[in-house]
This record gives sequence, structure tokens and C-alpha cells, in this order.
Amino acid sequence: MAVLLEKNFPVEAGAFTTAGEASTTIKRTLKQLGIGPEVLRRVSVACYEVELNLVIHSRGGTLTLLVDPEKVTLISKDVGPGIPDIEKAMTEGFSTASDEARTLGFGAGMGLPNMKRNASEFDIQSEVGVGTTITMSFALK
Amino acid sequence: MKEKRFHSVRLEGEKCRGCTNCLKRCPTEAIRVRGGRAHIIDERCIDCGECIRVCSYHAKVAVTDPLSSISQFKYKIALPAPSLYGQFSNLKSISQVLGGLKRMGFDEVYEVARGADVVSKAIQERLKDPKLPRPVISSACPAIVRLIQVRFPDLIDHIVDVRQPMEVAAMIARTEFARKYGVDPSEIGCFFISPCPAKVTAIRNPIGHTKSAVNGAISVLEIYGLLSSQLKNTPVDLTLEEASDLGVGWARSGGESMAVSPDNSMSVDGIENCIRVLEEIEDNRLKNLEFFEGAACTGGCVGGPLNFENNYVARSEIRKLTTRDAEPNLNVDAGMMTKYDLYMSGRILPNSAMKLDDDLMEAMRKMEKIEKLYNELPGFDCGSCGSPTCRTFAEDVVQGVATKMDCIHMMKDQLRVMAQQMVDLAKTTRE
Repeated sequence: MAVLLEKNFPVEAGAFTTAGEASTTIKRTLKQLGIGPEVLRRVSVACYEVELNLVIHSRGGTLTLLVDPEKVTLISKDVGPGIPDIEKAMTEGFSTASDEARTLGFGAGMGLPNMKRNASEFDIQSEVGVGTTITMSFALK
Repeated sequence: MKEKRFHSVRLEGEKCRGCTNCLKRCPTEAIRVRGGRAHIIDERCIDCGECIRVCSYHAKVAVTDPLSSISQFKYKIALPAPSLYGQFSNLKSISQVLGGLKRMGFDEVYEVARGADVVSKAIQERLKDPKLPRPVISSACPAIVRLIQVRFPDLIDHIVDVRQPMEVAAMIARTEFARKYGVDPSEIGCFFISPCPAKVTAIRNPIGHTKSAVNGAISVLEIYGLLSSQLKNTPVDLTLEEASDLGVGWARSGGESMAVSPDNSMSVDGIENCIRVLEEIEDNRLKNLEFFEGAACTGGCVGGPLNFENNYVARSEIRKLTTRDAEPNLNVDAGMMTKYDLYMSGRILPNSAMKLDDDLMEAMRKMEKIEKLYNELPGFDCGSCGSPTCRTFAEDVVQGVATKMDCIHMMKDQLRVMAQQMVDLAKTTRE
């Protein structure tokens, strides 16, 4: 089914002052569309994690929201640095967050596992020096 | 036809000048200025009373019951909110207020703070269940519960299903009075002395149960003058005050947390602050927090718009009054926990007033139109069009309740184009 709604949110690396704004707008959009509470909650959790990942770990990127009658999709696409070992990155408790990020309460190593747990479908592609793309979909039915 | 919702918060049309004060402050974007005066969108209003506080012309009012309404009942019980105690300076004891209420025509006084004691215990019972999503959210402030229904429907499962202190107080007061004097419970009227319109609405439209045990709500402001004059002459009867310091502490922000879960809780006051924290709960950032207490009013219930005293003054008065117990302890008889319906009987449902359309496809089409129009708007959020922000204006236009030319900036541009067309036309016709 064709995508009926697309919204793009540029996310800057290290921009903690605006971190979470894209998630807030996405949540508002989904509530206005009347997306049910259960899906909404899972999208909220995954969306915030992925947005913060862009801020903390990437060199910047874009968060995209797609909605069609079957599902909500979130795509996070960054311009590097890329993840050398995806399997390790997906392990609970593993984190490469900076001390700065840790003092803000991040870096528990639950980001990617949490995203995977909340999404209906989860895909991660990464190439060192090129960037990482995470695609998550949330089934509406 | 949808049933018209009851709201305590009302507008007195003739006093409204159509300014933007309330428009900009409403947390659920429930106000529009149309035809030179404000209108409240019933489905969205959560009766928090922010508009009453900010209106310079006193055009926003709270509908409460007059003191005279107690005469409908043969027996009358006053249920004073704990915040009432903070309205008087240098009170020697809470008993003065309780005795004063009796002199005003009530047969009995039952402290809502006692209800708070019982409710605190009931919430503690619920917190023992590890399956409840954390943080567990307080159900005490009806404006916050309704805010969650409208803006955070995905957090409804976090709200603890315990009834409000005023409900519990009314149930106990009625039962005990009926037994003590051998009278028919239906002849007893329980009247809440309320600091806010949200509670008044909660009596008419209870959340999570069908019928309120409270028969009416009288505002603190309504009785303030009369009660003040009673304080001096009232002989102090210390047996009247039974609630614990913890129960009375519910009057101010942080009091409930202290009574329920002092080790791991967060108390937030002011509705905008609550919204910020609820966003974080939604993002799962506070999953290690046990209990969240949100109060729509600054300072908690002492900051309610129907109080007389400044909330900071009232807060410190409450602090002075809650130093009676050496060890903080809830005053709850074991029997109360099983005898009364302390828990809600129904589910709290989401309020879909923010939804653009019931049909997802149609909602998405509308969303697209809103985006397109929003990008044409100046983004000043000036409110001159009568909608609180440029975004809500775009929504209103797409929903058919406003027209593009309601935006004075778009209108100005349009006039400029038209003026130019007139000049061009004049030039061409002259030749």
C-alpha cells in the first residue's frame, strides 16, 4: 500500500538541547491520526531511543516517519561513523556512549535492544565510514 | 447526538473581550476566539482552571454549588479539602476550621485528609503489584487524569485505579453518620469544600466509576468570609481532627508522594511541567521511577483557583500544621480497607478529541493539507486569528471551522496583491 504520510526530521550530532523534539512531534502526529495507545507507546519508546542514538553516536542524520494504513515506519539514516560489529551493538548492556552522554543518563546499552523489542519488524544496516540505517515498522492491525 | 459534557469551567460571554490570554495558556488547545469572544471546545476542556487564573476580565468562572444548597438534605456533612486549612494565617489547630464549619450549619465534618490517609494505603497496596507499568501515576488530580485521557492516551494504564480522597471520605462519612445516628443514608448530603473546578467536574462526571458519593461542591471562596469570622469564637474541640500529618500533607505538591512512596517518587506541579514529564514517561525515560504525582496547579491543591490565599503562603501554613506527629504515620483502621469501594469500578478511557478523523485514511489526507497550509503561515503564533498557534489554525481551517483569511497576515498579503491588481487595472483602463 502506498505511503500516505511522510515527515522528515533532520537530527544534529551532539545537539542535546533539541534532542527529543522530533519524537515529540512524531508522537503528536500519531495521536492526531488516531493511532491506538498500544502502538503509540511502542513507537514512542523506539522513536526516542533512535533519535537519541543519532544525537549521541552519529555524525548527524535524518529521522523519517512514514504512515500507511497497515503500519507506522520509522527510518533513521545517518552519515556515519557506522557500526563495526552489529551483533555486539545489539547486545544488551553494550554501549559506546561518551562520558558526557552517560552523565545525562544514557549509555545503558539498551537502546538497540529496546528498539528491536518494541518494533514489529526491525532491520539494521551499517557500513563503517558510510553510515547506519535503521528501519522499524509497527503493524497497525 | 453526543451528550453534552458537564464542565465547571464556563465563560461569561459579556465580560470576554476576545483577547489571547486564555487562548495561549490552555494546555489542551480547547479555546478559540470567534466573533470577538472566547469559546471553549467542550470535548477538549479538562477543567484545569488555567483560563480562570489568567483572565484579566474575570470572564472565566467555575460553576460550584452555593452554600444554601446544603439545605436540600436533612443531614449535612462538610468534607473540607486539606488545602482549606492553609487559607488562614496562624491557625492554632485544624480543629478551629472543623469546628467553624459545624457552626456554619453542617451536622458533621469529615476531613478529606482522612480519605487521603486511606487512599495512600490503598495505593501502597497497588504498588506491591510488579506488573503495573512504572511509574504508577497518581489519580488524585482530575485535571491531570483528563489531560492524560486527551494528550497521553498511551499512559492510561499507568494511572492507579484508586478513587479520589474526597470520594473515599464521602463514603466513610455517610456510612459512619448513618450508623451513629440511625438515619437513612439517602437523607445525608456530603459536600466537598473545593479548591478547584476540576474536582467539581469530577463529582458530576466521575472518572473510573459511575456515581460520585459526593452530593455537591462548594468553593473555598464561597465560604471563606463566613468561615473566617467563625474561627475566633469557636471552642476548640481537638477530637474533631483525626487525619494524620501525611493525610493533611496532600494539600501541597509532594504530600501524596511522601505518604505513598517516600523513597522513590516524583512530584511535579503546574500543568506545563506535568506535560513535560509525561512526555518523558512516554519515552520510557523514567522506568525506574516508582510513583509519579502530578498536580495541575502550582504548589498542588493549595494553588487551586478557587482558594483565597496565595499558594506559597498556604503551602507554608500547611507545613506548620503538619508537625503534630513525631513519627509520620497514616491513620487507617484495618477495617476501612475492606469495607469500602476504594478502587475504581470501570476503566479510564482515552478521549479522542485531538484526533483529526475517525478514519485513518481521511486523517492522513487532512494531515497532509494541514502541513501544506502550515508552511504558508507566518509562524508567529500571534493568536489574532482566534486559534492558539499557527499549527492549530491550520488544523481549524482544514477541519472547516476557520478560513484562511482569518489570518491577518495572509489577509494583508492578499490585500497587497489586490491593491497591485487595482493599480494595474487602473493603468490599463486609462490608456
